[in-house]
Amino acid sequence: MRTREELKRISMTVEEYELAKSILGREPNDLELGMIAVMWSEHCGYKHSRKTLKLFPTTGPHVLQGPGENAGVIKLDDELALAMKMESHNHPSAIEPYQGAATGVGGIVRDILAMGARPIALLDSLRFGLLSNSRVRYLFSGVVSGIAGYGNCIGVPTVGGELAFEEPYTENPLVNVMCIGLLKGRPKSGRAVGIGNSLVLVGSSTGRDGIHGATFASLELTSDSIERRPAVQAGDPFMEKLLIEAVLEALEKSDAIVGIQDMGAAGITSSSAEMAGRGGVGVEIEVTKVPQREKGMTPEEIMLSESQERMLLCVEKGREDEIRPIFEKWGLNFAVIGQVIEENVIRIKENGVLVGELPIDLLTEKVPAYDLVMKEPKKLKELQVIKEIPKIQDYGEMILKLLGSPNCSASNWVYEQYDHMVETNTVSIGTGASILRVKGKPYLLGITTDGEGRYCYLDPYIGGMLAVAESARNLVCIGAKPLAITDCLNFGNPEDPEIAWYFVETVKGMSDCARRLNIPVISGNVSFYNESENYTVYPTPVVGMVGKIESVESICTPKFKEEGDIIYILGNPGNLGGSLFIEKFLGEARGKPSFDLELEIKMEDLLLKAINDKLIKSAQDVSRGGLAIALAECSIWGNLGVDVDITTDKSPEEVLFGEAQPVVIISIDPDKEKKVEEFFKEIPIKKIGKVIRDNFVIKINSNEVVNLEIESLKREWRDGIGKWMK
Amino acid sequence: MNFGIVVFPGTNCDRDCYYVIKDILNQPVKFIWHKENDLRGVDCVVLPGGFSYGDYLRSGAIARFSPIMTSVREFADKGGLVIGICNGFQILTEAGLLPGALGRNIGLRFICKYVNLIIERNDTPFTSEFKKGEIVRMPIAHNEGNYYIDDLSKIEKQIVLRYYGENPNGALDNIAGIVNERGNVFGLMPHPERCSEKILGSEDGLRIFKSIVRAL
Repeated sequence: MRTREELKRISMTVEEYELAKSILGREPNDLELGMIAVMWSEHCGYKHSRKTLKLFPTTGPHVLQGPGENAGVIKLDDELALAMKMESHNHPSAIEPYQGAATGVGGIVRDILAMGARPIALLDSLRFGLLSNSRVRYLFSGVVSGIAGYGNCIGVPTVGGELAFEEPYTENPLVNVMCIGLLKGRPKSGRAVGIGNSLVLVGSSTGRDGIHGATFASLELTSDSIERRPAVQAGDPFMEKLLIEAVLEALEKSDAIVGIQDMGAAGITSSSAEMAGRGGVGVEIEVTKVPQREKGMTPEEIMLSESQERMLLCVEKGREDEIRPIFEKWGLNFAVIGQVIEENVIRIKENGVLVGELPIDLLTEKVPAYDLVMKEPKKLKELQVIKEIPKIQDYGEMILKLLGSPNCSASNWVYEQYDHMVETNTVSIGTGASILRVKGKPYLLGITTDGEGRYCYLDPYIGGMLAVAESARNLVCIGAKPLAITDCLNFGNPEDPEIAWYFVETVKGMSDCARRLNIPVISGNVSFYNESENYTVYPTPVVGMVGKIESVESICTPKFKEEGDIIYILGNPGNLGGSLFIEKFLGEARGKPSFDLELEIKMEDLLLKAINDKLIKSAQDVSRGGLAIALAECSIWGNLGVDVDITTDKSPEEVLFGEAQPVVIISIDPDKEKKVEEFFKEIPIKKIGKVIRDNFVIKINSNEVVNLEIESLKREWRDGIGKWMK
Repeated sequence: MNFGIVVFPGTNCDRDCYYVIKDILNQPVKFIWHKENDLRGVDCVVLPGGFSYGDYLRSGAIARFSPIMTSVREFADKGGLVIGICNGFQILTEAGLLPGALGRNIGLRFICKYVNLIIERNDTPFTSEFKKGEIVRMPIAHNEGNYYIDDLSKIEKQIVLRYYGENPNGALDNIAGIVNERGNVFGLMPHPERCSEKILGSEDGLRIFKSIVRAL
């Protein structure tokens, strides 16, 4: 019998222990209990999210691999497929920002590699507290350096993502990393198959690092969390680079590898159990065969170590020597540590002596899946009301203030630390969705990540829909047709009914929107317990999306192109609910965000056609900061001014800073006015003015409310983040 | 013109250089693993960018001991063309094939962005396609590009590229690229292979590869 305290240390409840015991039919020994604990952790077992995640649409004619593998895969054409996946590394980054973020990159890259794909791009979605706080600056700077240190070294370009700075993330930053990769033919699988086949551990040696990292990630952060620093692994990007090249070379030169799996959270335990589970077989592992970094490691330490840069291969028996020389050439371990067995168990031996044995399904299918207890937060209805819309005197000053704030300003302080050009496919970054070319193909890829926690906090269903819709709209604005979603769901403690309610509502919103827009969710990750003593993060779904641009000619960019071009707005701007403006004024997020799904569907459809027909010259999505900020960006990027006059019955505050969606700004050739108005007649379209040389002029109902020089916009915008980090 | 691209463990711009030489310039090119020592049939050796040996210890410090470097030295002594890009430049200085050293960027951060460069010499086999004094745009991407040498006067004539306008890394005298005295070994921090196609934003880098092809 185990004490409650003993179980708490490994994040298990007494009830769970009793359940595991009854499935097993006996008391597990220490090794077995350690293995059960990590596999039953929220991080590995998805205990509180499994049932809800079934809501996502996951299929489509182009989906080659949906959720359940190391990554999702879609077909691009008859030759190429694309693997994609996003994962969180929030907890480790909160206590050891450099290594936490670095190993996040390492893990996601191996997930892509496990599908047999060469990783071609990384994106990061980051959330921090306010930069006025020195610890936040330490976390922010550490995370960015960690991503740079790892990503740059492995030669995978970091091409995008987004950033937000808001108080709820002060102690618990969000570090979500997405990777995409390209592969030819069928994706590989993380399956163990063929009785007698070898299990081969390749890559780094195994040490005592990261033991119980998965259980740590399944706890709230407390002041003692810093003591868990040893649970954060240290990354070695050089080793990862060698692993990438060796694995790809082995897959290219031989078909002896029949299964391949990343070794991440819960190390050998989870990778071998998952491989066996998928293949419907069992595995036997001899722990002394595992190359070890330290002497005297116990079987439990070896089975639970989360040492980085390792992968597990299932290799056809007798063909090991076909690929061994490739790994040796790259200076990597290639160790046969066990084999596939018929009986559905994971059997652990030390020098031939049985030290533990568990049924595979105890570690996979039979991990408990809890029904969530949900309750709508009482304060929500009150939060959704903005009692009085703030009235401001100087709209120009407000625009400059927002542009110079880290949430709206240029992010070059961040992305110039990332090698975003290696692999020479990067066509465009830093303005909405990023664009990559695919060598030898006429088409290009659009990639983006999006998700506003503020919207979800105020209305999780709408916020969930917006995370999907905004990603899709960002892709459409560059001329890309959205193809698939990977996501990261970042929430607090799911045992709190209010958090559980937020989680389920958010997933419902995302699912409904994804289904209507016809974009399947093919992979993803859930991160709970993102809370600390003083804060709970905003419910934050992050959507990563990939789309396809037909050809170079179909690329559209948000910047204004030419003096004299006519500017239109599609959609109905307004509604300050959930806006950055309100948060800045009232000191907290308030109001109800608004979204029109039917309009979104029509708008995206028309916009994509218009771009492909070369009807429009620029397209810019209106979101964070509202119409004023979106217009300012078009001007800054295009180095051109605007002269617009917006007729409206709403207040200037609502029109300029409201974040109602969908709204898109387009600019067109003056001689296409009639054509464009006719083309978009099914949706709200309003001509607002034209592109001019150097001033930024906005009138509302013919009253001039803003008149700024482009240079002053640029000055504020350019260094909004850098000024804090000197 | 046969190009040979040396691959060290951790090199990561090898395939990018290969693509430009093979697919854009249609020149014969092959990879050479760092443990090999045969450069027969090669007219130009490319030491590409990346993080050879993880840049552990010091950039380029371990790579210079790879077997291929002995052959590269002999090759250079015989007048063969050698171009070292970024990490390749660092390896060339560590190996003593080029003078000076490359230290940490003055801002202590990795920098990846386009910079302006001025062509100081167009009488080298690597820059004949440029005009002297011409301003070009190429991207940099490095942690250690801060060029230093004790006696600048000794290499004054060997400076081929200088940063123009902004000096991104603190390099002495804005030095971005130099040749050896003989002029057949060239090291530069900017990445010409990243700006050899219009779709990537600049074709200025292609002219370096074209110059090399013209040289033979």
